[in-house]
Amino acid sequence: MPKLDIEQNEAAILSPSYYNLSMSKTLLQKVWDLHTVRQLPTGQTQLFIGLHLIHEVTTPQAFDMLRSRGANVAFPELTYATVDHIVPTLNQRRPFADELAEQMMAALERNCRDFGIRFSDLTTDRQGIVHVIGPELGLTQPGMTIACGDSHTSTHGAFGAIAFGIGTSQVRDVLMSQSLAIDPLKVRKIVITGQLPLGVYAKDVILEIIARLGVKGGVGYAYEYGGEAVEQMSMDQRMTMCNMSIEGGARVGYVNPDETTFRYIEGRPFAPSGPTLARAKQWWTSIASDADAVYDDVVEFDGHAIEPRVTWGINPGQSVGITELVPCPEEFAVVERASVREALEFMGFTGGIPIAGTKIDVAFLGSCTNSRLSDLREAAAVLDGQKVASNVTALVVPGSKSVRLAAEQEGLDQLFQNAGFEWRGAGCSMCLAMNPDQLVGHQVCASSSNRNFKGRQGSPTGRTLLMSPAMVVAAAISGEVIDVRKML
Amino acid sequence: MSKKSFSIDQIKGTAIPLRGDNIDTDRIIPARFLKAITFEGLGDHVFEDDRQLMSKHPFSDPRYIQATVILVNENFGSGSSREHAPQALKRWGITACLGQSFSEIFQGNALAIGLPCATVGQDDIEFLMRSVENIPDINLLISISKLSVKCQGRTVALSIPDPIRKALLDGHWDPASMLLEQFSQVRVVAERLPYVTDF
Repeated sequence: MPKLDIEQNEAAILSPSYYNLSMSKTLLQKVWDLHTVRQLPTGQTQLFIGLHLIHEVTTPQAFDMLRSRGANVAFPELTYATVDHIVPTLNQRRPFADELAEQMMAALERNCRDFGIRFSDLTTDRQGIVHVIGPELGLTQPGMTIACGDSHTSTHGAFGAIAFGIGTSQVRDVLMSQSLAIDPLKVRKIVITGQLPLGVYAKDVILEIIARLGVKGGVGYAYEYGGEAVEQMSMDQRMTMCNMSIEGGARVGYVNPDETTFRYIEGRPFAPSGPTLARAKQWWTSIASDADAVYDDVVEFDGHAIEPRVTWGINPGQSVGITELVPCPEEFAVVERASVREALEFMGFTGGIPIAGTKIDVAFLGSCTNSRLSDLREAAAVLDGQKVASNVTALVVPGSKSVRLAAEQEGLDQLFQNAGFEWRGAGCSMCLAMNPDQLVGHQVCASSSNRNFKGRQGSPTGRTLLMSPAMVVAAAISGEVIDVRKML
Repeated sequence: MSKKSFSIDQIKGTAIPLRGDNIDTDRIIPARFLKAITFEGLGDHVFEDDRQLMSKHPFSDPRYIQATVILVNENFGSGSSREHAPQALKRWGITACLGQSFSEIFQGNALAIGLPCATVGQDDIEFLMRSVENIPDINLLISISKLSVKCQGRTVALSIPDPIRKALLDGHWDPASMLLEQFSQVRVVAERLPYVTDF
C-alpha cells in the first residue's frame, strides 16, 4: 500500500467524525446526543425533554414558581396532565370528601387552564395513573426523552424512550425551558436468557434483578433490558420491568423498540398513522442500540431459573423465591446485618422460616407497576371460581379508566367480584396511601405495587409483601403466601 | 443579585447522625404530608413516623435541635422523586448532607434547592458520627472548594461529582436562568426531532 494512503487512513481514523461514524452506540447515547441542547458551564448537559407528563402532587409549587417569575410554559403542546395519586377509588364525586385532595385537584385544573395544558381529568375516559395513560394514549413513543415528577417515569423506557423522574424544581425547569440540567448516565445491559417458566412474570424477573444487583446497584446507570425472555414479553410486561428500575437505583430503564412496540403503538389516539407511521417506524428502528454497541457493564440472568418472588423486608431488594426461606442476618455481610435485623423486626419475621405460608390481611392488585389489562387477565386466570379467604380484604384497582372499561367488556370485573374482590375506580390507590385506600395497624398486604418501604401503604406499622398480580390473587384465595404455580 | 452571592462553599455547624442504610423518601417525609399545594410546614413532619415508632430518634433528641449538617450511611433518599424530602430537611434546618452514598434523584433535588450532598468513606462517616454522638455541640467545617470536612482537628475527604461541585461554587445550583440563557438553541433541538416535526 502506498505511503500516502496509510497516512490518509491514519488521519481519517484519528478524526473525531470518523470515530463517531464508526463507533456503535446504545439507544441511550443516540437519544442523549439528539436531545442535547448544549453543555452547560457546570459541565452538565442541557437535555431537551420531548414529553413532560404532570400530575397533581409534584407540580403545584412549580406552577407557583412560574407565576412569581411571570414565566410561561415553553411548550404546552409537549406537556400532558392527569390526576392519579389523590383520587379516591370508591366515590369520585366532586368536591372530594378530603379537603386537601380537593385543593390539589382544583390547583391542577387551574394550572392546566391558565397555561394551556391538556388534562385527562375525571370527566374524561382518559384519566388514570400517569404511567398507564401515557403509553395507552400513544403519547409515549420510542426515541423520546420523557420526564415527570414521579420516580416511576422509568416505566416509559419500555418503548425505547429515555424516561426518568424529577423533583418539583426540575418540573419548573421543564415547564419554563423544556429542558433539564443533567449528568450523563452509564449503560448496563441486563440480559435475560431463555423463556420464563409458567407462573413467572416480569415482576418476578425485576425483583430477582434487584435482589442480585442491589437497591443502589443502578445508581449512575441506565438499565437496558434484553435477551430472549424480554424480547418475548408483551409491552405491559416490559413496562413492569422498566417501572421498577428505580427500585434498583437506576433512574432509567429501557428496552430497544421492536415489532411488539410498534404493534402496541399503532392506532392509539396520539400515535402517528398512515404514511407518517411508516416514516416513524423507520426512525424508531434506527434509534435502537447497535448490535456491536459498547456497554459499561453487562449482566446475564437465566430466565428458566427464576421462580415467583416475594419480598420479606423493607426495600424491594429484600426478596426471595417462593420456595426459599426468609434469610437470617448471618447470611449477609457484616455491614448489612443491622439493616437486615431492622427489616426482619419490622416485618415480624424470624429468619429461617419459609416465606410461603405467611398470613395476609389485605390483597392489593393495582399500581403503575401492575394494573394493566394483561395484569388483570393473568390474575383473573388464577381465580378459577374460588373465593377470597374470609379474613382477607381484597381489591382490584385498574390503572386507568380505559383498562377498567376494557376489563369490564371482557367480564373480568364479574370474575373478581364473584370471588370477593372489590372492583374500584382508576388511581394510585393503596400503593402509596395519598387517598382513602390505606392499611390499618399491623396489617400484612400482598401487593402488586413497587415499594415495601416502612409506612408506604398508609399505616406506619403496616407491612407490604411485593409480588406479581397472579401471586396476589393466589394469596388472597389462600389467605397466605402460596406458590401460584400450584394453582395454574 | 450577582451569581457570586449564590455560591455555596464553606458550611459550618453542628451535626445530627442518622444511622442506617437505604433510608427512603417515604421515611423522610411520609406521603400524607404531600397532600398540600405548598412546601410550607414540611419541616415539622420530617421523619414523622420513624420518630413516633422509635423510642430514640435523633430528630427527637434535643441535643441535635440546632444541627445543620446531617450524617447518613448508604443510599440515603432512595425511592420516590418527591422534592418534599430535601425540602423537609432544609426547612427543619439542614444545610448540608454528608453520607456514604445518596440516591441520584434525591441528590439532584437537594442540589436544586441549594442543599449539597457530599459522599464520605465508610470509616470517615463512622468517625464523624461517633464524634457527634459523643459531643453533640462539636462544630464541623465543610469546604466544598477543598472537598474536605474538619472535625475535632481531623480533616476528612469529601467527594462531590465535578459538575455539581462547580454548580455549587459558581452559584449555578438553581439552573433555571442558565437553561433559559440560550433558549433559541432549545427551539433548534425541537425542530430537529422527528417526533416533534411529524416525522
